[in-house]
Amino acid sequence: MPGSLCKRLIPCLDVRNGRLTKGVKFQGNEDIGDPVVTARRYYEQGADEIVFYDITASAEGRGIFLDVVERVAKEIFIPFCVGGGISSVEDMRAVLLAGAEKISLNSAAVKTPELISKGARAFGSQAVVVGMDVKKVEKNPAQPSGYEIVIHGGRTPTGLDALAWAERCESLGAGEFCINSIDADGTREGYELTLTRMIADAVGVPVIASGGAGKPEHLVEAVTTGHASAALIASMVHYGEYDIPGLKRYMKTHGVTVRTA
Amino acid sequence: MLAILDYKAGNQTSVLRALSSLSLPARITASPADLASASGIIFPGVGAAGQAMNQLRTTGLDALLRDLAASGKPLLGVCLGCQILLERSEENDTATLGLLPGFCRRFDPTRNDGGEPLRIPHMGWNALHIKQNDCPLFDGIEDGTPFYFVHSYYPEPAPSLTLATCDYGSEFAAVFGRPGLWAAQFHPEKSGNAGLRLLYNFHVFCREHSEARHARFPL
Repeated sequence: MPGSLCKRLIPCLDVRNGRLTKGVKFQGNEDIGDPVVTARRYYEQGADEIVFYDITASAEGRGIFLDVVERVAKEIFIPFCVGGGISSVEDMRAVLLAGAEKISLNSAAVKTPELISKGARAFGSQAVVVGMDVKKVEKNPAQPSGYEIVIHGGRTPTGLDALAWAERCESLGAGEFCINSIDADGTREGYELTLTRMIADAVGVPVIASGGAGKPEHLVEAVTTGHASAALIASMVHYGEYDIPGLKRYMKTHGVTVRTA
Repeated sequence: MLAILDYKAGNQTSVLRALSSLSLPARITASPADLASASGIIFPGVGAAGQAMNQLRTTGLDALLRDLAASGKPLLGVCLGCQILLERSEENDTATLGLLPGFCRRFDPTRNDGGEPLRIPHMGWNALHIKQNDCPLFDGIEDGTPFYFVHSYYPEPAPSLTLATCDYGSEFAAVFGRPGLWAAQFHPEKSGNAGLRLLYNFHVFCREHSEARHARFPL
């Protein structure tokens, strides 16, 4: 019998200067590029949660992004997470006050791991997601799991072993992990299931699988073989190839507990 | 007007946004006059029981809430606000408001959810099993509808108070109380249309209750 808690399907939106960076198409609709309108659409279609990544570099863009977060909070009544550019407790507070439930720490957590514990103390572990960009490596004494944490979109290796890093983050108070495989990302050939499962089995908090989804069966694999609690999707739905209700139906047919709107 | 109790415990702004989207007048407030004149009170909460109770005691809101509940003012506790209505919480081993009989317990990590390990907090969408169909909060909400939960402790009220349950490791009371004094463990403000409907149902109850009072005691 499957569990009672629903597996979550989470669309991810990349935002630059207040606009979506990738075109988002809905059947019969033009690409509108507005993250608020798109978030509202995914909300209405039954998304369980939404992740926004701010890929803006400038301080000015940061202000625009916070305005987006505030407008999103008035339009969607499901939890949402914000990542990108968060490097202090003040940054976290600003995003949470603007209406997000969770913040995602990525490179900043690697540079300053105490941010995790500070965030968890100030806002609760449930608000602190650690995003991990991970690359497969030869197993070696420094990376015994065979996976290494990378930052800057995969360009910079950190030397950190992915499994050891996840365990450390959990002990610091991380409430959830988003495991993004740099190797699988963009391939549309499926999530890195070995990695996802390894982390999910090692930690007691939920794990979101990220990177590589291209077909509905990949979502099912993530939450069955991969032991993930949720699956992050982007291009599958952004370009109108699949829609959230259809994906949920597929998962349900394959024995996965999902929330159907 | 609905009052959202302001005691610096987190999600009050989310609750306000949800009510605003339904065009329901509401105010985040800790003013005794506002609370007394409101048609009903939503008692939100995110965080730890000990800290929240300290905040309530320091501000005198604990006594005020007891008086308002005793006077029959409709009250809806949400998430931590729901747990605090009970007598005691295992979280920080804290004595809580005691407006409803029962306790709050920590999830047992040795249990499982359909064979899968019990991850704590219980975070995500889980089905609500309605046990008391005639509870006005559930008007228009189907049995089995998922709501959004985030919690590490679960309420265990006196069994007769259970109105709806949820399964996570074991069955727990997800909505409990008596007419006009309700508690919901999930976040209605983050539970999509079903959650908005429950908030709307609470508003309707409060409005009718307030009108009935005015009819009985004309100004």
